[in-house]
Amino acid sequence: MTTREIVVDVKTQDMEVNMGPQHPSTHGVLRVKLVVDGEIVKGATPYIGYIHRCAEKIGESVEWLQYLPYTDRYDYLSAMNNNLGYSLAVEDLMDLEIPERATWLRVIVAEMNRIGSHLISFGTYGLDIGAFTPFFYAFREREWMMDLFEKLCGARLTYSYVRPGGVFNDTPPGWLEDMSNWCDTLEEKWVEYNDLLSHNHIFVERTAGIGVISPDEAIAWGLTGPCLRGSGVDLDLRRAEPYLNYADLDFDVVVGTGEKGEVGDCWDRYWVRMAEMIQSIRILRQCIERMPEGPVMAKMKKSLQVPEGESYAAVENPRGELGHYLKSPGGKIASRVKVRGPSYCNLSILDHMLPGTMLADAVAIIGSIDIVLGEVDR
Amino acid sequence: MNTQGAFHGLGQDLAGGLGLPGGIGMLISASIGIAAVMGAVTVLAMYLIWQERKVAAHIQVRLGPMRVGGWHGWAQSIADGIKLLMKEDLRPGGAPKVLFYMAPALVLGAALATFVALPLSTNIFIADVNLGVFYIFGIGALSVIGVIMAGWASNNKWSVLGAIREAAQVVSYEIPLGLSLLVPVLMHGTLSLRSAADAQAGWAGMQWAVFTNPFAAIALVLFFVAALANAGRAPFDLPESESELVAGFHTEFSGIRFSFFFLAEYAHMFVVSAVGVALFLGGWHLPGLSLLDGTAHDVASAVIFIAKSWIVVTLMMVIRWTLPRVRIDQVMSMGYRYLTPIGLFCVLGAAWWELYL
Repeated sequence: MTTREIVVDVKTQDMEVNMGPQHPSTHGVLRVKLVVDGEIVKGATPYIGYIHRCAEKIGESVEWLQYLPYTDRYDYLSAMNNNLGYSLAVEDLMDLEIPERATWLRVIVAEMNRIGSHLISFGTYGLDIGAFTPFFYAFREREWMMDLFEKLCGARLTYSYVRPGGVFNDTPPGWLEDMSNWCDTLEEKWVEYNDLLSHNHIFVERTAGIGVISPDEAIAWGLTGPCLRGSGVDLDLRRAEPYLNYADLDFDVVVGTGEKGEVGDCWDRYWVRMAEMIQSIRILRQCIERMPEGPVMAKMKKSLQVPEGESYAAVENPRGELGHYLKSPGGKIASRVKVRGPSYCNLSILDHMLPGTMLADAVAIIGSIDIVLGEVDR
Repeated sequence: MNTQGAFHGLGQDLAGGLGLPGGIGMLISASIGIAAVMGAVTVLAMYLIWQERKVAAHIQVRLGPMRVGGWHGWAQSIADGIKLLMKEDLRPGGAPKVLFYMAPALVLGAALATFVALPLSTNIFIADVNLGVFYIFGIGALSVIGVIMAGWASNNKWSVLGAIREAAQVVSYEIPLGLSLLVPVLMHGTLSLRSAADAQAGWAGMQWAVFTNPFAAIALVLFFVAALANAGRAPFDLPESESELVAGFHTEFSGIRFSFFFLAEYAHMFVVSAVGVALFLGGWHLPGLSLLDGTAHDVASAVIFIAKSWIVVTLMMVIRWTLPRVRIDQVMSMGYRYLTPIGLFCVLGAAWWELYL
């Protein structure tokens, strides 16, 4: 926490303001009750639950495959990764072998969606800090990603593309080349983003040294994803507990180094996301090279019969560890679906971080945690 | 040199024709002047709003308004104005009526009043105020009171925060702004914008303050930064920063009252740009202007003056869509720690330069 010397010799009353649920920088329907003394935040209490949709409970009343579209809707910016997490958990229960090509396609869509999600994070973080333009640049590249996904599965936001047994559809002709072009363009534009925002003096002043999370705190609060790596902790599930083909793919796990301020500040978290885009592009290029031919879906019944048992599968979502704990009584419907959402766990540190900062920092900190309220509330 | 405003003769003629005393003639010419300013400023602000949307759009790989009126949506601002006029006039519950209704009027009134002292050329002006610079920033500062009234009367905590930010920021930046303006005032020996601009003739119209005194060049940069903060423009748009304070002091205003704030912002931008141009950038002087004479000279001067101010305004727009926003404590420390000392240094330096070189 940054400490500011405040000399107050006039007795004043603190003001309570509601930030949200309808506030431009709470990234959805988060409500934070702030106690402010002028511009200085003295206390913060987050309130969540405004878009609670009982996703986990629904999982106990619909069939295994029918639950898949609900996973799209927790973190709607990375629906592919959510599908993947759920599918892996179901496959674990069923002991399913999935075709080789499907595995590679899963890596591709997961990484593409990671880039898409980080692009949004980059754009909206710019908005939070007051720079409007990067948002549009980020959306320009994300639009292309959504077009690619549309060609692949017909949907632009909630894909349900990765499903237990493989993926829904094979790539249309020329899709991989198109995707490769997208990677090339993105890599060029990425440099522009950095010139425009990442190394902008005002931006660095606003984010470096603000909202510092020490490595110990990050671990104690159970942070995952860029929030944890921003604090310098090297933990990426793709590397730590490899799933799919990540074990034999070549990529770096980016961690915060305190380049502009302190380790674990807002800028570090932001930078981890930026640098991960480049790593994802690296992964995508390797996937294009090594893409095998073959079927994309395992042979199985339309209505899944899952044997009795329980499973937990965790994947590295753009925002951190997305875990699915599934319990099957044997049959068509789960008896328990529990989701460990990264945004929800990352958000828990908010009320610890906000006191002592300024109002504008509060916005910067909420933005740097990069939450999606759809997943916080589920 | 003509010392009577553009509408002086017209008012006197009207009064004379009707057999009224000269005092009534003055009143008539003043009224015509006010009407002209109000009309011109409204049109100007509406144009600038359209332009801002276009500048923003093209920076952000969009097209911006394209439909209303045909060519590149030129009538968008008019359509918006009509829409805002037709909207229901809302006042939040518990908001003090007088303050709430007076605030937008005060803000727009202050912005309009500053235009009266703005000359367009040696012979085209409404009033030749011999304390022009002082008058413009004195009256312009009134809008802060309007903003504070608006924030307080909105009965909204975010609005109050916005209003307090505006008060802190604008009052702090009056100091560097005033200091930076002292430099050209020292050089030209006048506070009248008309005389100051005309003092920069010579060198075939290139004896601008920025070129004749290095301290004036520093002061120009200082002036530009302080003017951005004073006009509440990005990166100093803290009073209405939408990502923090929703929309700051004008959150609760809708319809025509909101449009008052909006018009005032653009009018203010143009006024500070025009003052900067008149004092630092040679006003209406440009090489080749002296070849013209008579009405052509006046018209050309006015066009040059408006064009120069327009360039400064456009620069402000480009900055807004490029830079992130600074934080309030950074704004304050920059104003007091850096800009004010630099301003003092510039004033002393310029005085030394004028005296000994």
